[in-house]
Amino acid sequence: MNHVPLEQGLLLAGMLFVLGLAGLLARRNMIFLLMSLEIMLNAAGLAFVVAGAKWSAPDGQVMFLFVLTMASAEVAVGLALILQLYHHFHTLNADSVSTMRG
Amino acid sequence: MSAMFYMAAFVAVLSTGLAITRAHAVHALLYLIVSLLAVAMIFLLLGAPLAAALEVIIYAGAIMVLFVFVIMMLDNGRKDTSRNHQHLPIRMWTGPVLLSAMLFGEFLYLFAMSTSQGSPLAQVGPKDVGIALLGTYLIGVELASMLLLSGLVGAYYLGRRIEQEEQE
Repeated sequence: MNHVPLEQGLLLAGMLFVLGLAGLLARRNMIFLLMSLEIMLNAAGLAFVVAGAKWSAPDGQVMFLFVLTMASAEVAVGLALILQLYHHFHTLNADSVSTMRG
Repeated sequence: MSAMFYMAAFVAVLSTGLAITRAHAVHALLYLIVSLLAVAMIFLLLGAPLAAALEVIIYAGAIMVLFVFVIMMLDNGRKDTSRNHQHLPIRMWTGPVLLSAMLFGEFLYLFAMSTSQGSPLAQVGPKDVGIALLGTYLIGVELASMLLLSGLVGAYYLGRRIEQEEQE
């Protein structure tokens, strides 16, 4: 009954993941880094749902729910950290905060 | 059905690729929202309506609104106001609108098909997901609640220190 083959769903998830990874490596703006992380988490969730739909099992969607929960908690803390970063350094460039103090 | 999958996958990949290459964060957010909507459409085609609804509500709704808020707060602090003159020119919003119109047409087609001959998709409905979530994965739900609480406390703490420093 299911018309979407497993391989192509997983291929799409892989492509989205690689796009997110490329954005994470190429961009230096912190907002874009967080958005790329969201793309990668979303691709991982897509892979779970595709695999769950293959065997008509609800487990894939349950795992997607956990990924969603983790992504929302991560983005809340990450955006608060970005606000802190901008407040202290007045830039969003990730390279400008590459050194640690203390 | 697989043509609809390929169309939604094309929209997802194209809008994600455009999202990570935009110069302005708000334009990237527009494309990212279209990408998330395309993935929600794919969830619907896979027979996962609960995941599709949550993708739209939480990802494209709540999380992207958080991004928009933060970008608004950061843009307030910037000195240059020159970009306000050319605020959202036509070529910036036609791309996302076209892509989301494709998705919307696909959704309408799926909706029309499912009302005429029952649902064409093999579905894993919300009931099955709820039974598995609160049965087998109950410990995961507890852990997720602790994670959300710690995220809430962490975001509150990090956001609060900004206000205190601004008041000083």
